Amino acid sequence: MRRYLTPLLFLSPASALILLFFFTPVVATLLLSFTDLSTTTFRHPSWVGLANYQDLLTDPFLKKILANTAKYVGLTLAFNVGMGLLLALLTSLVPENWGDPFRALWLLPRILPPVVYVFIWQGLLAEAPMGLVSDLLGVSKNWLVEAPWTAVILANGFVGASFGMLIFTSAIRAIPRELFYAAAVDGATTGQTIRRVVIPMLAWPILFVTAYQTLSLLTSFEYILLLTDGGPGFYGTEVWSLHAYHLALSNYFGNVEFGLGAAMAAVLVVIGVIVSLFYLKIFNFRALVTEPKIEV
Amino acid sequence: MTKGTGVRLERLTKRFGRVVAVRELSLEVAPGELVAFLGPSGCGKTTTLLMIAGIYRPTAGHVYFGDRRVDPLHPRDRDVGMVFQSYALYPHLNLFENIAFPLRLKRVPADQVRRRVRETAELLGIGGILERRPAQVSGGQQQRAALARALVKEPQVLLLDEPLSNLDAQIRLSARAEIRRLQRELGVTAILVTHDQAEALAMADRVAVFSMGELQQYAPPDELYHRPKNTFVAGFVGSPPMNLIEGEFTGDGFRAGGLRLALPKAPTGRGWLGVRPEHLGLGPEGLPARVLVVEPLGREAIVIVELSGHRLQVLVPEDEKPAPDAEVRIAFPTGALHYFDAKGRRIGPE
Ligand SMILES: Nc1ncnc2c1ncn2[C@@H]1O[C@H](COP(=O)(O)OP(=O)(O)O)[C@@H](O)[C@H]1O
Ligand SMILES: [Mg+2]
Repeated sequence: MRRYLTPLLFLSPASALILLFFFTPVVATLLLSFTDLSTTTFRHPSWVGLANYQDLLTDPFLKKILANTAKYVGLTLAFNVGMGLLLALLTSLVPENWGDPFRALWLLPRILPPVVYVFIWQGLLAEAPMGLVSDLLGVSKNWLVEAPWTAVILANGFVGASFGMLIFTSAIRAIPRELFYAAAVDGATTGQTIRRVVIPMLAWPILFVTAYQTLSLLTSFEYILLLTDGGPGFYGTEVWSLHAYHLALSNYFGNVEFGLGAAMAAVLVVIGVIVSLFYLKIFNFRALVTEPKIEV
Repeated sequence: MTKGTGVRLERLTKRFGRVVAVRELSLEVAPGELVAFLGPSGCGKTTTLLMIAGIYRPTAGHVYFGDRRVDPLHPRDRDVGMVFQSYALYPHLNLFENIAFPLRLKRVPADQVRRRVRETAELLGIGGILERRPAQVSGGQQQRAALARALVKEPQVLLLDEPLSNLDAQIRLSARAEIRRLQRELGVTAILVTHDQAEALAMADRVAVFSMGELQQYAPPDELYHRPKNTFVAGFVGSPPMNLIEGEFTGDGFRAGGLRLALPKAPTGRGWLGVRPEHLGLGPEGLPARVLVVEPLGREAIVIVELSGHRLQVLVPEDEKPAPDAEVRIAFPTGALHYFDAKGRRIGPE
């Protein structure tokens, strides 16, 4: 018994927080998803069992929204991780007084308020003479309507890539200098050193960034909301979390359906858990885990 | 069987900003020779080695392998093997893949890779643990794996940066002999960096002594010991270090405070008199001195004595060690003294 007491004690603060701020909302969301709580039924919701989930399944736009979500998460994630890695590698290979300002530049989108940031994108993508892109391409169009996905992915990616960039940069810096020397003496080119030494040593940060960003992309929709609001047309760029928001909090008919929104959120939690387990499996999580440095 | 190439450094200089890490270094290593770079920490040994390997570009000067000037070449075009102080094994690869790494980069066929890695690993006695990762083996085994990785591509030049300094004293002694044996057997030209003078003297054909980025002396071990070129080498080579007394040579003797020695054919002028602790005699004859401290070393003991205001170390057999505070007599060996001028340069005896 005593053997478990100390570890439990060490874990208890984090566990309490998780219980309070993660587990409780999940349970509350699940409970809510089995009710028909909405603006009209606010004082007297009733249990409806799986009705909300049935509604979701029979939604004619279900496929479209799932496909949009996969597209948005997949492509933005690829951009974020790939670009983050590329930026980290490039800025680590040049002298620090070049690399540091360049990295700082990439942090700008992240520190801009999202609304301002999205205004800038909308401005850039507008028709001539306002839009820079129209000007540069010599074709005056509203590019937000012409290429909404490119806009959504790039607008998110320019913010998201800096996260991976920061994590990967510090991980690259933690690689001992002598390892690079050894690779050079062993005959590796810069490319081979990156492929065979640096990237394998970044397995853990890459897993972390990929998992973390997948989960946050699944649930974040603020840039899409501001940029296209799920358009253009009918659900052009509507993703699952935005749809939940539309249904639950910003319904066209003025009737906010909390129960249905909760059901959508619950589905998202399940997807998140499945995706996380999948990552842990493909990255061979066990091989990455090290023994604790001190025993308690 | 000598397949190593000679190495020649020509006025090699490396600056880091305002720090001159290596200054105008010229020396030659013969094919198949093992040379030690010896000096205290920060004197430029590693920097020199990295310039030979091609990791650092010299600020000035040239590096030749045989007749080939290699200083413009990338490390991979130089055919060197290197063991780093931290071993620098790739942590994500097992020992087999670590050792195979240079061969894989050269696109050596897989069956040859397997054979050569096995052979090299057997040679170093780590054939049984090739499946393990670096973190799962001992320091001594890591060191062997690093050596195997350096040797597997059969390099012309083997560079060893303090390869033994992270090992336990016990293993260090056997590893010394082992590296020496392998180097002889393979006939590879080797440069060993160390701050341990005993290691340099024991292993090297010739030793280059460095101080503050400058070469002090380049000679075989016994010459370093018997004819140190200056007071730095005299003090650095040998353990316990040579006693150095500052004073005045008078042509027929040496004076330092109350100490007076008659030395036929002595030089004249201010300078240093050097005498090794093992050459000073403790006995019935000689100048009166008082014992301050006795440090037993096992077979021998270091006795620190005060002689006319000078502190001297004397090495005596364990069973002849005096008691602390005892009054003793110190005999100076006329045949084993060293004379240095006021700038520390050796001026005699011939
Ligand atoms: N990459 C570097 N940047 C700046 N200074 C360096 C660098 N490498 C070495 N030095 C300096 O050069 C001198 C020699 O260093 P080093 O060759 O590592 O000495 P050793 O190997 O003999 O201990 C030291 O003063 C050290 O601080
Ligand atoms: Mg060093």
